Amino acid sequence: MTAAPALGRLTDDQRAIRDAVRTLARDRVAPRAAEIDRSAAFPEDLRLLLAEQGILGLPFPERFGGLGADLLTVCLAIEALSAACATTGLILAVQELGALPLLLAGTEEQLGRFVPGLAAGRDLIAFALTEADAGSDAAAVRSRAVRDGETYVISGTKRFISHGSIASLVTVFAVTDPEADRRRRLSAFVVETASPGFSVSRLEHKMGIRGSPTAELAFDGVSVPVANRIGAEGDGFGLAMRTLDRSRPGIAAQAVGIAQGALDAAVAYAGQRRQFGRAIGEFQLVQGLLADMDARTEAARQLLYTACEEIERGGIDAGRWSALCKLVAGDAAMAVTTDAVQVFGGYGYLDDFPVERMMRDAKITQLYEGTQQIQRLVIARALLGRDA
Amino acid sequence: MRIVVLMKPVPDPGEERLGADGRLDRAVSAVINGNDEYVLEAALQLVEANGGEVTLLTMAPAGITDPIRKALAMGATRAVLVSDPALGGACAWSTAQVLAAALRTLEYDLVLAGADTSDGGGGVVGAAIATLLHHPYLSRARKIEPIEGGVRVERISAAGHDVLEAELPAVVAGTQLLGEPRYPSLRGIMGARSKEIAIRTLAEIGLADRPVGGAHATTTLVDARPPASRGSTRVVRGLEPVAAAAAIVDFLVERRAL
Repeated sequence: MTAAPALGRLTDDQRAIRDAVRTLARDRVAPRAAEIDRSAAFPEDLRLLLAEQGILGLPFPERFGGLGADLLTVCLAIEALSAACATTGLILAVQELGALPLLLAGTEEQLGRFVPGLAAGRDLIAFALTEADAGSDAAAVRSRAVRDGETYVISGTKRFISHGSIASLVTVFAVTDPEADRRRRLSAFVVETASPGFSVSRLEHKMGIRGSPTAELAFDGVSVPVANRIGAEGDGFGLAMRTLDRSRPGIAAQAVGIAQGALDAAVAYAGQRRQFGRAIGEFQLVQGLLADMDARTEAARQLLYTACEEIERGGIDAGRWSALCKLVAGDAAMAVTTDAVQVFGGYGYLDDFPVERMMRDAKITQLYEGTQQIQRLVIARALLGRDA
Repeated sequence: MRIVVLMKPVPDPGEERLGADGRLDRAVSAVINGNDEYVLEAALQLVEANGGEVTLLTMAPAGITDPIRKALAMGATRAVLVSDPALGGACAWSTAQVLAAALRTLEYDLVLAGADTSDGGGGVVGAAIATLLHHPYLSRARKIEPIEGGVRVERISAAGHDVLEAELPAVVAGTQLLGEPRYPSLRGIMGARSKEIAIRTLAEIGLADRPVGGAHATTTLVDARPPASRGSTRVVRGLEPVAAAAAIVDFLVERRAL
């Protein structure tokens, strides 16, 4: 690291965990990042590494084999991994996202059934809310779950599902009451992907996070036991929103990590690349770029850490903090990575250097878990005290 | 098997600097001495395969606990830190006497030490401790395995390696050929905070009035100088291999060396 983020607000454990993940990211993840991007192949070796090292266990309660880490600690790990490889940072972020509905509203029996495998990193879990015509308008989901005795039969198609093709569990949001108010139409279910009727109908080709598989999932009459419903019927939409309140900081952490990775690469390059007889870092126009990149990254990081603390306190303002940090961090990552390419000049446009990959990876942080426009909507609603 | 690993916190290699007194500034970020990390890994593997426990033994200023916490996170059972203001500036002979005295207060079958340290580099402390305690000493180990009542070591030699056996307790000095140390797992890090770091003064290990420590050093530091500057050196660091190679090629082309 060429820049050392402020330490004062972190506990000894948080600092120790961040440093350990950072070392692992530098030694084991960074050397794989270019190849993961080029091949667009999911890094199964790194998933196993994250499992072995306990990193995938961070968000889960200790009584089910997890580490019981708070939100800030999870974000520190995502940030450290993403500085080396955004796809690898996303492995932890998606594991947390997929499991959050269970962690927020699952019964002790459900947690006991599903969480040990997730905490150990043996099982991956995906989060399936989005559909082709239900993106920003998440309540417009059309997938149906129809009760039939002790099971629900789920039919429909989910789109843009991270890890959808490699997860053994998927948290699915489907309509249980089409006549209800739009906030009471949905319910959430844990679906085992080995169930008959489940299939991966398409894999997307993406601009960035290319090693992270994004799948279209088809549910053709998939039978799910009633015991797999999370919360009551009709709780699905509220649960999805509460999940996103807690998961967006993970994406902000990914964004801060990407920005830091790009800044570090740009600083190293500016010290080495010589033009007009001196290192380009000696030119004030380049210095200005680097200083702005650092200021943006650090501002986003400090907002993220504050947001994590505020969300962990459980105040009513969680949604606002969550949207604020994702908005600021996503924009910071896009601006900082774009400037990093600028510092590299023509070389930055080549895939011989990591910054063009980081710029492509940064873009997704402005899009998923709510576009930047949706974040503004969430913030404005919190300010104005409105529900719609 | 009860193993004591002698572990020295050293300044992060490359970050070393001299204090006003000409001695290494111990306030810069400390890490586990490289060779010690390798022998710790060997010790952990020995107890994982054969049962037992690993105790760390360290002599350092009381504030330097990060490297000890890391070693505990890797899997050591407990740590003993000998710390006393009188020990600042201790020579290798003093260090050996202190560690030997601390070992007399512990129960152990095997003592492992790194072949040398990245800051002092004398490489004599392990041998001196073996002498003081009348234990067999096996140096430059690349492999350590238990045998009935003893230990077998492969020792690097000019021609390859020797195979040595000794009765326990014994002192073995290990090299980096023992195998890469593990990364501490996050579970290990969280667990390390509840492990014991027992701090011992000189009085507590029975050396209250003995001639050890900086005031009794057998050698005297008369001058300390950093290496002569070699002019501006460009170090290519922090780039991916292809990018690093491109930066070096740029450098050579600029000087018409290519």
